[in-house]
Amino acid sequence: MPAPIRLRELIRTIRTARTQAEEREMIQKECAAIRSSFREEDNTYRCRNVAKLLYMHMLGYPAHFGQLECLKLIASQKFTDKRIGYLGAMLLLDERQDVHLLMTNCIKNDLNHSTQYVQGLALCTLGCMGSSEMCRDLAGEVEKLLKTSNSYLRKKAALCAVHVIRKVPELMEMFLPATKNLLSEKNHGVLHTSVVLLTEMCERSPDMLAHFRKLVPQLVRILKNLIMSGYSPEHDVSGISDPFLQVRILRLLRILGKGDDDSSEAMNDILAQVATNTETSKNVGNAILYETVLTIMDIKSESGLRVLAINILGRFLLNNDKNIRYVALTSLLKTVQTDHNAVQRHRSTIVDCLKDLDVSIKRRAMELSFALVNGNNIRGMMKELLYFLDSCDPEFKADCASGVFLAAEKYAPSKRWHIDTIMRVLTTAGSYVRDDSVPNLIQLITNSVEMHAYTVQRLYKALLDDISQQPLVQVASWCIGEYGDLLVSGQCEEEEPIQVTEDEVLDVLEGLLVSNLSTPVTRGYALTAIMKLSTRFTSVNRIKKVVSIYGSSIDVELQQRAVEYNALFKKYDHMRPALLERMPIMEKTASNGPTEIVQTNGEAEPSVVEAKHPPPVTQPTNQANDLLDLLGGNDVVPVIQTTVPTKPASAGGELLDLLGDLSLSGIPPMTAYNKNGLKIDFTFERANPNPNIAVITIHASNSTEADMTDFVFQAAVPKTFQLQLLSPSSNVVPTLNQGTVTQVIRVLNPQKQQLRMRIKLTYTHKGSAVQDLAEVNNFPPQSWQ
Amino acid sequence: MFALVANQKVVIDWPCFWVVLGGSFLPRGVYTVLLFKMQFMLLFSRQGKLRLQKWYVPLSDKEKKKITRELVQTVLARKPKMCSFLEWRDLKIVYKRYASLYFCCAIEDQDNELITLEIIHRYVELLDKYFGSVCELDIIFNFEKAYFILDEFLLGGEAQETSKKNVLKAIEQADLLQEDAKEAETPRSVLEEIGLT
Repeated sequence: MPAPIRLRELIRTIRTARTQAEEREMIQKECAAIRSSFREEDNTYRCRNVAKLLYMHMLGYPAHFGQLECLKLIASQKFTDKRIGYLGAMLLLDERQDVHLLMTNCIKNDLNHSTQYVQGLALCTLGCMGSSEMCRDLAGEVEKLLKTSNSYLRKKAALCAVHVIRKVPELMEMFLPATKNLLSEKNHGVLHTSVVLLTEMCERSPDMLAHFRKLVPQLVRILKNLIMSGYSPEHDVSGISDPFLQVRILRLLRILGKGDDDSSEAMNDILAQVATNTETSKNVGNAILYETVLTIMDIKSESGLRVLAINILGRFLLNNDKNIRYVALTSLLKTVQTDHNAVQRHRSTIVDCLKDLDVSIKRRAMELSFALVNGNNIRGMMKELLYFLDSCDPEFKADCASGVFLAAEKYAPSKRWHIDTIMRVLTTAGSYVRDDSVPNLIQLITNSVEMHAYTVQRLYKALLDDISQQPLVQVASWCIGEYGDLLVSGQCEEEEPIQVTEDEVLDVLEGLLVSNLSTPVTRGYALTAIMKLSTRFTSVNRIKKVVSIYGSSIDVELQQRAVEYNALFKKYDHMRPALLERMPIMEKTASNGPTEIVQTNGEAEPSVVEAKHPPPVTQPTNQANDLLDLLGGNDVVPVIQTTVPTKPASAGGELLDLLGDLSLSGIPPMTAYNKNGLKIDFTFERANPNPNIAVITIHASNSTEADMTDFVFQAAVPKTFQLQLLSPSSNVVPTLNQGTVTQVIRVLNPQKQQLRMRIKLTYTHKGSAVQDLAEVNNFPPQSWQ
Repeated sequence: MFALVANQKVVIDWPCFWVVLGGSFLPRGVYTVLLFKMQFMLLFSRQGKLRLQKWYVPLSDKEKKKITRELVQTVLARKPKMCSFLEWRDLKIVYKRYASLYFCCAIEDQDNELITLEIIHRYVELLDKYFGSVCELDIIFNFEKAYFILDEFLLGGEAQETSKKNVLKAIEQADLLQEDAKEAETPRSVLEEIGLT
């Protein structure tokens, strides 16, 4: 039998193959040769054959028949055999196959071998792929080696111990004694791996964490030496001494300092030193700074240090290296909640990152920008974000559009601005907005009574330009249907009214019906809009004709609508004006959060914000908005708001009511909210005859020197409850406790669950708008039992 | 959902504005899963041919192949101006191209990407010192040596030795051991090879 070809020879041969098929043929031939060689139990060439097998395995060919051969190599006495054998084991074996357990005894022997390089091989293999069973069996050996004075072995044993602990956490205790003087080592390899081991132990066990806290001073000293020591060629990387060790120490300090004042204080100085002295021209320095920032943010650092950290991140943002910018944005995103103001200072830099070429950076900058939007910067930020929306990749448009809507709803400075912003989004990214934005927008428009003429005019103009973006078209048709009369009469105040005739409007709507670009949903909107115009326009005959045409449409939805509208014209004409009347102000109808809110009075601007995932709605949303569907048995009841407060605010006397209701029901009153001079008390009584209903009267009083005007109280309760809010006595809470605003809440609690409530208060105080959310959890048990 | 209550009540959800943030600096519970770990390192050519694969997590061959295929595709699709980090599944991928080879590491959420770049760079330096101006062919023809060097530098995904000199010294010594063993054998095998046994 000729000697099997050498490894390099094989590699050369295989690389000459010009096609996949040729390569496969070569491989198969060689595999066959190797297999017969294995069968012959040839010790001499086993190593060479396994090496070749590993090469073929890397190319993607099966090599499992070599597994046992690897074990034989490991058991061999020759170092070359062991080297390849262990490599093969790491590549071909894995812990799911029982055959790997056969390694255990060999590894055990090799861990006690006289040659440290053999011991090293064993430690490496165990630390890389040891299964839990192997780790259990061999942990004792590893622990022994952890105490050796041979630093080559000690460092490997430390990382092997880390792996053992990860696999079998219960074994952690047995390594504790060996850690006693790990940090007194001078050898950097041992130091580094020891710090990794200590980190692992501290992360896994609070007891270990407490135990190792005493190492903080020693770690600080080691770090200090690294920074202050002169040039050490062995560990130098671009002028920094052993950055890997520095980073690991910083990480361990982070874990030890978290939540602990003393430790945090002990490391304060060194962190400041590292933060200010580290060279930032190369990546390695920035890597250390990054770790330092992460540590500062996580421990109980003093505010000066935190500001320093955020400023470092701010500088990172200006770095030419995009990796650094990316890392900065990621960190800022994590810290924007806790250190909001500090991050705000870097807002303009962050917004500039929206123009970056890198996708990951753009995404992070977008998320961070939305997190930074507030009432003060909304106009400027929105300009940037809308510009970004215009020019960004399609993968961003949906998220950006949602973010813009959310931000606009939360912070819109004026109704007109809000509508303009939404229009901008619809016209630039109209096909990417989420489906629920259409009903949300419709609701918003309905409720902005004074903007109807302006809105419908702008939407009409947008339709003339482009009918391809469905959400825009749907909203526009709905509005034209509702406010077509305003459009035609040219009543717009906000901008130059356009001259448009009824026929032109109907042309546009009919155009939507026939266009190929319109989806069936859009066509439904258009048809209904045309129908609504029959009560607003004079050219009823034209409308009748259109409706009757669609009575025979192939689209079942359209057909049904047309037939019903036809019926309306023919048999129920007397009802038509009432049915197609202007829609009243409506409330949003989504409930995907854990609580449900009830609106108070109609004058309050609904400050609802759409959640990210719309709830499953049983019917198509346009039907919800269509009054006609009352005939169809829709379960939405249009909301008729009580707009005017019924009782005038009484001065002085209300105070007594706080005490008056005290023992009517035997339920003690409570203070639900007391902040910034606004105090809200709840008093209780049971409603007869239904004992499941609790009647709560809120009393709002104001101890500051200025009135709180436009006061609106809103409440939300968990799903199992139902809430009814009656009208408030007034919406001005007079100053200096001169009077209270009262409002009655009725809570239906059929399941007798513990009452919880979230309240939202909005009012104007000394010229500025104030808004607050609070959770009310201190309801007396009698109120819900 | 719609709730039909007696008069004028409709249900609305409570506002929830905050964009989902990835992790935060708020204190974690102590028993959270440790998230500093390199899961694997791959080396591949610009044509997508695998030159080295080191896995520090137990996965089946099939899973490894799938991950490799997808990741290689993703990284090769990146444009040169993009940054070295990308999110892929629930891992962070740090990659850097050196000549015709891509060095690609998968690290976990809390790991420091910048220091991972340094780790990759250190490994390249080690290869360079060992092979003397290393190129892809060196790694192709001496793949087992590339593994040996990696295994002297990293263990279980962590750096075991931060001194370049010490890593290279260890490799040198181990190579010598191999040579000694071979020399002891040589007389026999030469005779065999010329057929004079």
